[in-house]
Amino acid sequence: MITYLEAIRSALAKVLADDPRVFLYGQDIGSFGGAFKATKNLAVEFPGRVLDSPLSEDAIVGVAIGAAIEGMRPVVEMQFADFSVCGFNQIVNHAATLFYRTEVPCPIVVRLPSGGTPGSGPFHSQSMEALYAHCPGLIVMTPGTVEDAFSMLIEAVAIDDPVLFCEHKFLYNHLKADRLPDFGMPALKSRLARQGRDATIVTYGAMLHESFAAADELVEDGYEIEIVDLRTVKPLDTDVVLASVARTGRMLCVSEAWPWGGVAAEVVARVTAEGFGLLDAPPQRLNAKDTPVPYHPDLWTAHRPTASAIASAMRRLLEM
Amino acid sequence: MSSANERSGSQRPKYLKAYRTMLMARVLEEKLASLYRAGLIKGGVFLGRGQEALSVSVGINLRKGDIFAPLIRDQAGRMAFGDSVLDTLRTYLGSQLGSMRGRDGNIHRGRPREGYYAMISHLGAMIPVVAGGLMARRFRGETGVVGATCLGDGGTSTGAFHEGINVAAVEKLPLVLVIANNQYAYSTPNQRQFACKDLLDKAAGYGVAGHRVDATDLADCLKVMGTAIDLARRGGGPQLVIGDLLRLVGHGEHDDAAYVDPRLKSAPLGRDCLRTSEEFLMSNGWVSAEQIARWRAEAKNEVDVTAAKVQREPPPDPAEEDWKAVSTLAEAEA
Repeated sequence: MITYLEAIRSALAKVLADDPRVFLYGQDIGSFGGAFKATKNLAVEFPGRVLDSPLSEDAIVGVAIGAAIEGMRPVVEMQFADFSVCGFNQIVNHAATLFYRTEVPCPIVVRLPSGGTPGSGPFHSQSMEALYAHCPGLIVMTPGTVEDAFSMLIEAVAIDDPVLFCEHKFLYNHLKADRLPDFGMPALKSRLARQGRDATIVTYGAMLHESFAAADELVEDGYEIEIVDLRTVKPLDTDVVLASVARTGRMLCVSEAWPWGGVAAEVVARVTAEGFGLLDAPPQRLNAKDTPVPYHPDLWTAHRPTASAIASAMRRLLEM
Repeated sequence: MSSANERSGSQRPKYLKAYRTMLMARVLEEKLASLYRAGLIKGGVFLGRGQEALSVSVGINLRKGDIFAPLIRDQAGRMAFGDSVLDTLRTYLGSQLGSMRGRDGNIHRGRPREGYYAMISHLGAMIPVVAGGLMARRFRGETGVVGATCLGDGGTSTGAFHEGINVAAVEKLPLVLVIANNQYAYSTPNQRQFACKDLLDKAAGYGVAGHRVDATDLADCLKVMGTAIDLARRGGGPQLVIGDLLRLVGHGEHDDAAYVDPRLKSAPLGRDCLRTSEEFLMSNGWVSAEQIARWRAEAKNEVDVTAAKVQREPPPDPAEEDWKAVSTLAEAEA
């Protein structure tokens, strides 16, 4: 069995081995192997190419941009996605604008250990995908499976544009697969993750698994729920979403991020605008509550969408 | 001013080359101001009047293959590094044929593939980017490369300055960071900008070499910048150069700079480096006043002819834009 975290480490090892342009840069990622051990042993396996950075998110991203201009393929780690706002300027104003302004692409990958885990509190739990998806010039990946964590990270490094790779911390050690895929599905496409009949859940990241559990629960009520895994939220591939809504007529979008102007809001807007005639009920969304992410596990569990909250939301949608 | 030794003929070719680049930058910027006042330039115009000596000394001491990330008052340094009158005018006038194709303008231009990075407006942001470029060169085993970037006194207050110079110091990169200490950040005087006695003291704090230069004196600029860039090139790590001068224009051409203390204008700090270099040229007998006038006329002619040409060039066509911010093909309709 291989975990989601091991898949990320394997992908990093593979890109380091396959592409001499790749180097890793971030806080504590060298001999220590990273706060989550995503780079464990890589500094030994790839001497001089896995570098500890100072505690400087802005400079970490700036260094990556400069190296990318000169033809490298830097992969940088933000210790937690929450801290990436300290590098926000370089990401959204420099990396994201470089190709548009100068025709020189900016092939950097910024790894964002994202999302909540019990007890992590307001500053080690955030989901930043909507912030980055808002800004033109960035690709935002949100893998929700072990296979995707591996193959999408490899593709992220190959892509010529800046990629925000939102890897979910809750899945790091919980999620396991038998083996890594030989061939990954294209990273910028969404995927039908579960076939159904009565309604569609559109989701990504850790919420994919809460949604699976909700769909299992709803089987006991006689409902067959279809699930679409967005995989990458920017660009947003709505083909599979609209095809699913065409079959089911009902859609609930589930996201662990905050509701205001987020990925779920964008999915609802697109489905409404492009698939209005396919709908039998108003499209719905379920997000985390619109507060900072709370520390106590009991509060945290109530803050984010869970399987039972998703099942409840879905029952309401099915009764509309 | 410079010692008698530096006044010797050995410095003459470099000094003359630097002066003529400064003169061209000054004449070109006078044209930009004129075009701006005529309403022919959309957006702002930001001039380097008074900073030409400091700026040109950076560009002229760099080589092909080095990295240069100039800031807004570096027309002279840009031209010494290879930027042209033509591309400057194209970018300011929004020609489709300019390096930024109308997508960005004025001082936000560059050719990153040639080591000439295109600044973003956020001050200090280019420091870590140049550091990253130098790290890439090091990964590839290139030696003898230098990366230089320029900033003002106000820029030293940013977090990006701190993070950038610190990273460069930790990695012992051949980065030369030039601070044009021109006394004002837009309208904010230095006493509201920083509390340290001397910006040069920051060098020790970051563990990098520090240099001070009289930026109203071209000979001093050439000498100090030559030393700093040479030290970086020979493995001496980052070099912080503080150039003292007074900004002789507003922040941009929209700004009358009425806030500048008149005592500074009449102090040695307020001297015009172009004027002092002309006095130097003439007092050494290197060049006559008539020759300087001829050079100025030639520069003006080149600028006027180029400006007229660029004004006939097509603006960017919105219908031809692909409106794509990423290069990834699959992103076409996203």
